[in-house]
Amino acid sequence: MTTTTTTLPASTVNPLVALDDVQRAYGEPPVLACAGVSLRIMPGELVAIVGPSGSGKSTLLNLIGTLDRPTAGVARIDGLDVNELDDRSLSALRAYRIGFVFQQFHLAEGVTAVDNVADGLLYTGVPRAERRQRAAEALDRVGLGQRLDHRSNQLSGGERQRVAIARAVVGDPPLLLADEPTGNLDTASGAAIVELLHELNAQGTTVVVITHDTELAGRLPRRIALRDGRVVSDSAGSGAPT
Amino acid sequence: MRSRLLGRDVVRLGTTGLRARPTRAVLSALGIAIGIAAMIAVVGISSSSQARLNDQLAQLGTNLLTAQAGTSITGEQTSLSPDTLGKVRRVDGVESASSTALLPESVYRSSLSDPDATGGIATMVTDQDLLGVVSGEVRSGVWLSPATEAFPAVVLGGVAAERLGVVAPGTQVWLGGTHFTVVGILDPVALAPELDAAALIGAEAASTMFDFDGSPTTIYERSADEAVEDVRALLAPTIAPEAPGEVEVSRPSDALAARTAANQAFTGLLLGLGSIALLVGGIGVANTMIISVLERRREIGLRRSLGATRRHILVQFLAEALLLSALGGLFGSAFGAAATGIMAAINGWPFALPPSAIGVAVSATLVIGAVAGLYPAVRAARTPPTAALTS
Repeated sequence: MTTTTTTLPASTVNPLVALDDVQRAYGEPPVLACAGVSLRIMPGELVAIVGPSGSGKSTLLNLIGTLDRPTAGVARIDGLDVNELDDRSLSALRAYRIGFVFQQFHLAEGVTAVDNVADGLLYTGVPRAERRQRAAEALDRVGLGQRLDHRSNQLSGGERQRVAIARAVVGDPPLLLADEPTGNLDTASGAAIVELLHELNAQGTTVVVITHDTELAGRLPRRIALRDGRVVSDSAGSGAPT
Repeated sequence: MRSRLLGRDVVRLGTTGLRARPTRAVLSALGIAIGIAAMIAVVGISSSSQARLNDQLAQLGTNLLTAQAGTSITGEQTSLSPDTLGKVRRVDGVESASSTALLPESVYRSSLSDPDATGGIATMVTDQDLLGVVSGEVRSGVWLSPATEAFPAVVLGGVAAERLGVVAPGTQVWLGGTHFTVVGILDPVALAPELDAAALIGAEAASTMFDFDGSPTTIYERSADEAVEDVRALLAPTIAPEAPGEVEVSRPSDALAARTAANQAFTGLLLGLGSIALLVGGIGVANTMIISVLERRREIGLRRSLGATRRHILVQFLAEALLLSALGGLFGSAFGAAATGIMAAINGWPFALPPSAIGVAVSATLVIGAVAGLYPAVRAARTPPTAALTS
């Protein structure tokens, strides 16, 4: 693909996510879950990737989150070509540059909120005391400063998702990926989570939300619609808002 | 920018899986615990009994030799001449010597006893030195003295007293058609167990009452430790210069050691059983770990998304397997040591458990844990990072 923004000094900001005709095929004969996606996400954006189930949202999230590699095309995350990195470098990218939030929260049962959040720094080699210290700060950021020592099974769904978000942002990653973050929550808790994502975005984190919920997507500044593994519409053809 | 996992966090991670399912952890560690306990107990018990034997030998001495009249080349029972004891005492290196002579008389509880019920008790003529030479102890009463030697007085071995129903000295027994008075009862004699079932009388009484000619049956002899082999070589030619082959010389402490050696074969069998238990325990750990990896695909995916490398996942599951089997090894060692302690206490042995046994047990569990955990850990490391999203 030809780079349109060659060397314009005005836009020296590099995209955080740059996908160029990315494909991901599964099985034999190959089925394309991602059939040639090109998109750019600039630092500071708040983006919804929206589409019905089977549209390739999760595959796209795996590719953006470097959990998976494209079978064709180039995926650059934080400026690095995913296909050129080995397992260790990809893991390091995830440890320092990307935070994940999952629909099912994935918290350890019977473990306190602060310890769950501290696990977000486990693979950065930070000593435990400092991890817990920073975890407490992150919980404060998501409004759970009073729930540090509650075990995950003592928390409501909305609170659990907040803990999961705190775990994702405890290392201050530039990119936060959320997979159906409100999928298991009631409307009120879901709205509060969306509000929290807005706040984190306002503090400078680039947030990408994957959802099938068009209403939720409608509340985010940029929407990329997927269908059958292709981008069918992108509300912002031009650069980042804010 | 590198993914890093601190060593102390590896240990912590290894315990999380175990703490999440404590029952499963305990049950799968049980196999290893049983194997280790069996091996530790076997080694501990045999070394405790060995220690007991060594104590006993140190106390009794290994410098006692016995010489007995054997059979001639034509198969006839030979006898030693009456001056044998004197000749033995003059052998270079001999420090003390004594003898017993078997008499063809039987001992009964009373004159009314059934003459056929001899109880397997042998009547022996002896001298006052015997007890000192064989390191025997009088349990109650007294040993033969110059005064009692000439009279119908008898000292009974422990087994003989029991068979005759004699519990205290002063009792009369029926020996060779006369009443003899029991003056003493002996403790079991470890180096001369043949004395346990014997009724011992003095030479003078024997010659006046039973026409004893003074020919001994068995010579007991002690020498300095370093002279034992020399004395052993000289003993038979001294006793019977014309037919040394007819004299049987033996070292009772060797027989005592041989008895323990026979127990060692039993020990080997138990050790084999212990190692089979250990192997089965290792398979149990491997099985538990494989199930754990299958169940925890999402956790693995989550950890990968948090930045864990494949190696970090491998190390985590390997640490878990190692901890699991180390847990088994720890409890097994404790059980084994306790069993050894109980056995030692019951038998009155000193407690002896070689530290190397514990060392071997610990390394064995670690090797088993590593082997059992490797395959599951490799599988865990191969779990794709996308497993966190596929619900």
